[in-house]
Amino acid sequence: MSVSREFLWMLIGTAVVTFIPRTLPLILISRLKLPGYVMKFLKHVPLAVMTALVAQAVLTEGEAWISPDNLEWAAFIPTLAVALLTRSLLLTVVTGVVCTALLAWLPL
Amino acid sequence: MDRQMAVTLSFRQGVADCVPTLLGYLSIGFAAGVIEATAGMSLLEIGLLSLFLYAGSAQFITAGMVMAGAPVASIVVTVFFVNLRHLLMSAAIAPKFAAYSPLRNLLIGAQLTDETFGVAAGKLTGGERHADRWMFGLNVTAHANWIAANLLGALLGGWIADPERYGLHYALPAMFIGLAAMIVLQRKQYKRDLLVIACAVGGFALAFIWLPGYMAVMAAAVLAAIVGAVTER
Repeated sequence: MSVSREFLWMLIGTAVVTFIPRTLPLILISRLKLPGYVMKFLKHVPLAVMTALVAQAVLTEGEAWISPDNLEWAAFIPTLAVALLTRSLLLTVVTGVVCTALLAWLPL
Repeated sequence: MDRQMAVTLSFRQGVADCVPTLLGYLSIGFAAGVIEATAGMSLLEIGLLSLFLYAGSAQFITAGMVMAGAPVASIVVTVFFVNLRHLLMSAAIAPKFAAYSPLRNLLIGAQLTDETFGVAAGKLTGGERHADRWMFGLNVTAHANWIAANLLGALLGGWIADPERYGLHYALPAMFIGLAAMIVLQRKQYKRDLLVIACAVGGFALAFIWLPGYMAVMAAAVLAAIVGAVTER
């Protein structure tokens, strides 16, 4: 159970460069009156970020496009359907996991 | 927002709203813990990393680079770029916390992640009372779950063979799908939202040809949000 000196520098460095982008906009923007076009842009950021993260998770594997033999993409359809129909995040996650497990188990 | 309409939130409600995201980050955190232990980090180091860095993809990349013997400076620069998307997310939720002190905003931002951001963006409209307490409940629960998941992965990782078989790795994509769906259902601007979605997916696919995944995510998100903004009257 030890912490090496090199690890400590890495920890401090990575924590600081993560902490600043996380906190700075919250501190500054809450004290500024932003122009209308910035507010309009910010309004669309949540959906834009989440959709881009979905695209990355569904379309890629590591730093490559998902292989066409990988049937995992099919889990996207029931997962989205359950999200839209039930509006329950928990059911959505359970559906995604169960469908992916089924796709891995079924002899397709 | 109308004063009578104002919803009062609480720390406890924030904890409850975090529950649906726990499985997703439990499985990812577990996997991160396995890789960190494989990279030679001690249990204490893994705990500290989860406490202070607290970022999924960045911890995977850190472990990979440590394993490859990369110098500290290059790890720090890489993590900076991987985590730069928080700048967008922090800016996007900032207007909802404009009423709170800079210290509270600092504490809210310090624990901001993709998931707590997604939950907050789908839930808060900006008129709620005690939104800060709700956010602390959400953040603290997510963070505790993350630290526990990393430590469990480090301790038990060797015992679980082929975790892909259980589909748990899909908990994270499923959570992002669910969070995006909740945002669309809450906003009820289906036409413009579909355009933003199309731009984010198309933008990602295009950017991923040239850029690493984390940069493609940011480029696609900026493009899609700009398209959303300029198509608004």
